[in-house]
Amino acid sequence: MSITVQLPTMLARLAGDTQTLEARGTTVGDALTDVIARYPALGPRLRDESGRPYGFVTFYLNDEDIRFRGGFAAPVADGDEVIVVPTVAGG
Amino acid sequence: MTISLDTDRARTRPRALPLRCRNCGREREGAPAAICDDCLGPLEPVYDPRRSLPDRATIAARPTSLWRYHEWLPLDGHPRYSPDTGWTPLVDAPRLAKRLGVARAWIKNDTVSHPSLSFKDRVVTTAINAAAAFDIGTIGCASTGNLANAVAAHAARAGLDSWIFIPHDLEVGKVIGTTVFGPHLVRVRGTYDDVNRLCAQVADRFGWGIVNVNLRSYYSEGSKTMAFEIAEQLGWRLPTAVIAPMAGGSLVTKLRKGFGEFVDAELVAGPLPRIFGAQASGCAPIARLVERGDDELVPEIPHTIARSIAIGNPADGRYAARVIRDSGGWAAHVSDEELVAGIRALAVDTGVFAETAGGTTVAAALALARAGRFTPEEEIVLCITGHGLKTVEVVGNTAANIPIIAPRLREVAALAAATAAPGVSAS
Repeated sequence: MSITVQLPTMLARLAGDTQTLEARGTTVGDALTDVIARYPALGPRLRDESGRPYGFVTFYLNDEDIRFRGGFAAPVADGDEVIVVPTVAGG
Repeated sequence: MTISLDTDRARTRPRALPLRCRNCGREREGAPAAICDDCLGPLEPVYDPRRSLPDRATIAARPTSLWRYHEWLPLDGHPRYSPDTGWTPLVDAPRLAKRLGVARAWIKNDTVSHPSLSFKDRVVTTAINAAAAFDIGTIGCASTGNLANAVAAHAARAGLDSWIFIPHDLEVGKVIGTTVFGPHLVRVRGTYDDVNRLCAQVADRFGWGIVNVNLRSYYSEGSKTMAFEIAEQLGWRLPTAVIAPMAGGSLVTKLRKGFGEFVDAELVAGPLPRIFGAQASGCAPIARLVERGDDELVPEIPHTIARSIAIGNPADGRYAARVIRDSGGWAAHVSDEELVAGIRALAVDTGVFAETAGGTTVAAALALARAGRFTPEEEIVLCITGHGLKTVEVVGNTAANIPIIAPRLREVAALAAATAAPGVSAS
């Protein structure tokens, strides 16, 4: 099952300057675990110490904030897109 | 450094102050960046603690714009654009004070802000000059309406290109109040939070100066000028309480910061005002965070007519809740019916016509008063942030039952007699 993970420029630096990553998994959390396994430096910027979403990024699954879909437990399907966006914006 | 507002704008180029991460403390040079390279926390301008600060008389002698406080704004040198924003009236509101059961109440009346009739002129003024500092020729924003108006107006005057993104279903006044200036206006299917997420990606991709994304560190400091003006207009003293609407949550944090900076500069004496926040019940993630007392913001999908403050995932929500709690203040949220009544109460009590955020602020203040959150000795300022002509739809019922008459004096006399107007008879 192939998921696309889109990173902002600032985090792409931690992933070999790649903004679009392919990932595998059945949930958003699984997909991110897969990405972090390949780019460990991304880990602390995607998850906090307790494994929850890092506080300064927001995750979207196909344009919807994952907090409305069960957070990291949100199920993903082949072709889905997870977008990572810095939280500090707007207002 | 002094700022001359008569300078040749074409040759001026302000310098943007360096930035420091509020989360990890890491510093960097001034840049069109709002988040830390390392931890992605929010960046804030760093002011030189040794800089020369003006006294009351020096400030009072300066032109009546927000630049009179330039030592506390994040740019050195001469502003290139928008030299005359700010210095809106502080309106004494004795009837509203009575309604609230407090000693004094004032309206900080940003409904007449220049040029776009909302407090967003303040933040765009600092942001557009940051754009000048970085030689950015295109500015933009994600907006619930007021910011769209402000970016479009300031960019038009400056001769800059602008790209403005709004939810597809905003009020017509907010839309026309933007399109008239000729920006690239884009309506996005979704809520403000969808628009905001898109603009974060746009700023990352295109290198434009999105005022509330990559220019946000400089943009949000402009809100402090509301606090500075309140203190000066009260005769260099502080109110005991301030209430403001909350959307992204930045304004209440910057009010607190502004009052604190004036105390630190010994321009006014403490104690600092208690800060109160207002939201609509249909989108109240910050007020509910204050009520719960924890530190985890729960995002909401907005369902309210208060579109200008309908942000379900506010960037400064946690900071706003902390500022409110730490100040000894509180937050309230009100129904759409209550906020419309708030617009009417403000209008008939003070002569100020506010849009939905203003109605929310008045209604929340009344709710807080009923809950015993204010003392009879309270001196409170209500920050009214946008003009009512932007959202006329919500008070359309005030235009029902308007009499239509022939152009005859006796018909006016009949109407006047029917209302028991003094000195009038129907004959």
